Amino acid sequence: MSDRLTVLKTYKLYVGGKFPRSESGRVYEVTDSKGKWLANAPLASRKDARDAVVAARKAFGGWSGATAYNRGQVLYRVAEMLEGRRDQFTREVADAEGLSKSKAAAVVDATIDRWVWYAGWTDKIAQVVGGGNPVAGPFFNLSSPEPTGVVAVLAPQQSSFLGLVSVVAPVIATGNTAVVVASEKSPLPALSLAEVLATSDVPGGVVNVLSGRTTEIATPLAAHQDVNAIDLAGADEVLAKELEIAAADNLKRVLRPQPVDYTEPPGIDRMTAFLETKTVWHPTGSLGASGSSY
Amino acid sequence: MSSVFEYAPAPESRSIVDIAPSYGLFIDGEFVEAADGKVFKTVSPSTEEVLSEIAQAGEADVDRAVQAARKAFEKWSALPGSERAKYLFRIARIIQERSRELAVLETLDNGKPIKETRDADLPLVAAHFFYYAGWADKLDHAGFGANPRPLGVAGQVIPWNFPLLMLAWKIAPALATGNTVVLKPAETTPLSALFFADICRQAGLPKGVVNILPGYGGAGAALVAHPDVNKVAFTGSTAVGKEIARTVAGTRKKVTLELGGKGANIVFDDAPVDQAVEGIVNGIFFNQGQVCCAGSRLLVQESIQDELLESLKRRLSTLRLGDPLDKNTDIGAINSEEQLTRITSLVDQGEAEGAERWSPACELPESGYWFAPTLFTNVTQAHTIARDEIFGPVLSVLTFRTPDEAVAKANNTPYGLSAGIWTEKGSRILAVANKLRAGVVWSNTFNKFDPTSPFGGYKESGFGREGGRHGLEAYLDV
Repeated sequence: MSDRLTVLKTYKLYVGGKFPRSESGRVYEVTDSKGKWLANAPLASRKDARDAVVAARKAFGGWSGATAYNRGQVLYRVAEMLEGRRDQFTREVADAEGLSKSKAAAVVDATIDRWVWYAGWTDKIAQVVGGGNPVAGPFFNLSSPEPTGVVAVLAPQQSSFLGLVSVVAPVIATGNTAVVVASEKSPLPALSLAEVLATSDVPGGVVNVLSGRTTEIATPLAAHQDVNAIDLAGADEVLAKELEIAAADNLKRVLRPQPVDYTEPPGIDRMTAFLETKTVWHPTGSLGASGSSY
Repeated sequence: MSSVFEYAPAPESRSIVDIAPSYGLFIDGEFVEAADGKVFKTVSPSTEEVLSEIAQAGEADVDRAVQAARKAFEKWSALPGSERAKYLFRIARIIQERSRELAVLETLDNGKPIKETRDADLPLVAAHFFYYAGWADKLDHAGFGANPRPLGVAGQVIPWNFPLLMLAWKIAPALATGNTVVLKPAETTPLSALFFADICRQAGLPKGVVNILPGYGGAGAALVAHPDVNKVAFTGSTAVGKEIARTVAGTRKKVTLELGGKGANIVFDDAPVDQAVEGIVNGIFFNQGQVCCAGSRLLVQESIQDELLESLKRRLSTLRLGDPLDKNTDIGAINSEEQLTRITSLVDQGEAEGAERWSPACELPESGYWFAPTLFTNVTQAHTIARDEIFGPVLSVLTFRTPDEAVAKANNTPYGLSAGIWTEKGSRILAVANKLRAGVVWSNTFNKFDPTSPFGGYKESGFGREGGRHGLEAYLDV
């Protein structure tokens, strides 16, 4: 027999640019839509979640301080890497979501295109949502958007790749850093996305990917005092309420779960949800008692 | 206050305002008694004189007011924007016409100097209505997509430090976008909101579009929790803000919170000292320091500390504390006995923790709630007075050596509302402003407001922005 035994992949977490196993040493079985074993994914713990927040905080200064042009280039580079792994993701999405190969390929194409779309936003969002304010007085007055900080992202449960990218890309395009909790049932596309991020100039810690029980990981993230915002896309109604209450402790920005068709054009709401507006005032002097003349 | 200058008293006449002995709640266009008949008294903080007896809203009244607002919403939101605009323009004009009356009223009920109500509060109140009036028929162009829709009934809870201005910040954008309103003013300053109800009547505003419910925290909590309220807007303490965030969890209510602050005012060694001193004084002693964005932490570069403090102390010695209705008064009364107690206890704690307290020679009136302008030196970041919001005329002075240290200290707080930068160097202003985690950064100025300029906090100073195009978002389904 010449049937070659395939080499299976050990899936790992992605924290601070490294690929650790869960500190808990636990894994859980990931199966395809028909119940066939695909892999053992790490079952991340609370400690893994806290480590990921530390990594995201550490990365925030550099990433938010990078020029928007540079962030756009880095994001576009991710799209380039994704394109190269198109077949791998098609296979993983087909397995995860029980789609035919052609449907899965369409999902992957849409996902890559979405990433490209957000790559182009990095140096435009400030012009669209910021600007000068015509105050009634001799002042220069400018409002600019700024990233809110570390954002916990509960990726959608059903749309394991297109949904994932639709919630992660807007968070980092605007300069935030992210701790992402992958779809509980279908975490493999998210863990593979981490490999793409690691090889595409995204600084370590900007995106951190955890797999495991959404409830177990999300609870400490929602309560964490050093997390600035949380996207509840992947939480059910009961969990979302619980997490929103916990998030109130340090007044995290909360994006509540809502029905989203991820195949539709996304609009800019997911970006503005994690932006602050800073307004800077400065007096403008007069040029002289007589005013200026041309 | 003793001073090298002796001023003759220059009191503004209070005869321009006619305060009735009692007021009801304003629901569905009528003044009505509270369902349970409860009333409370509002006093003038500078004299403790009882100004009026006010109906105290309870849960049943909240329900009635929300129903009235819900009923009014259908027609109000269906009006063409250009018609809503005209109502708001009318209100703005009437506020201008009655500006002097309202300024005196606000000074009586709040205790702040007439100079401030006349020159800051009232002009801004009118300006807010003018600004948002113009948006009512231009919402398609506001950057939120075509045809953005109002949310429904807005429940709004406002504080006592700028009673009429906070009302304007809440009601003007809500009405411009087509929402209807139930507003609860603070229990110590209900009068100007009730006078505003009369302005709504004069403007012919349809019944139920604006409802005013004076009352205590319980009425505010009931309003926030009411299932038929679609939007919650709150300005006040961070502790209450967190409680509100918990209350609305799991609902579809949209919420904006404008909460506390611990603003850093950073003075570099090349700053123009006289202007900086004026800015520092304005930053912390405006409205007796009862300002959420007050510059309550002075961060001064070590090399100019002595010079700056000397100038600052000299300037503080010329501030005039006393009758808020006197046009020469700089420092009025603290809003309530409760607030005075809080300030006093935090200041005592500051002394107990080892900071050095200083006030100019200052005579306090016998009756009313007063606190002398106070400055603390030898303050470290660990001190309570450098961390907790005092909400009074109390300035903590800290020092720094490098711009990086200034930024680190300025950002070392759970709050993120305001900050100030004083330096002649433009590049330094921009570099530091960039790094400060605060929603408003004043450079070479402080405490400036304008309806076109978004205002709001980072971190635990709340979320959402009020003012400007950004302020519309809070009241639209976007």
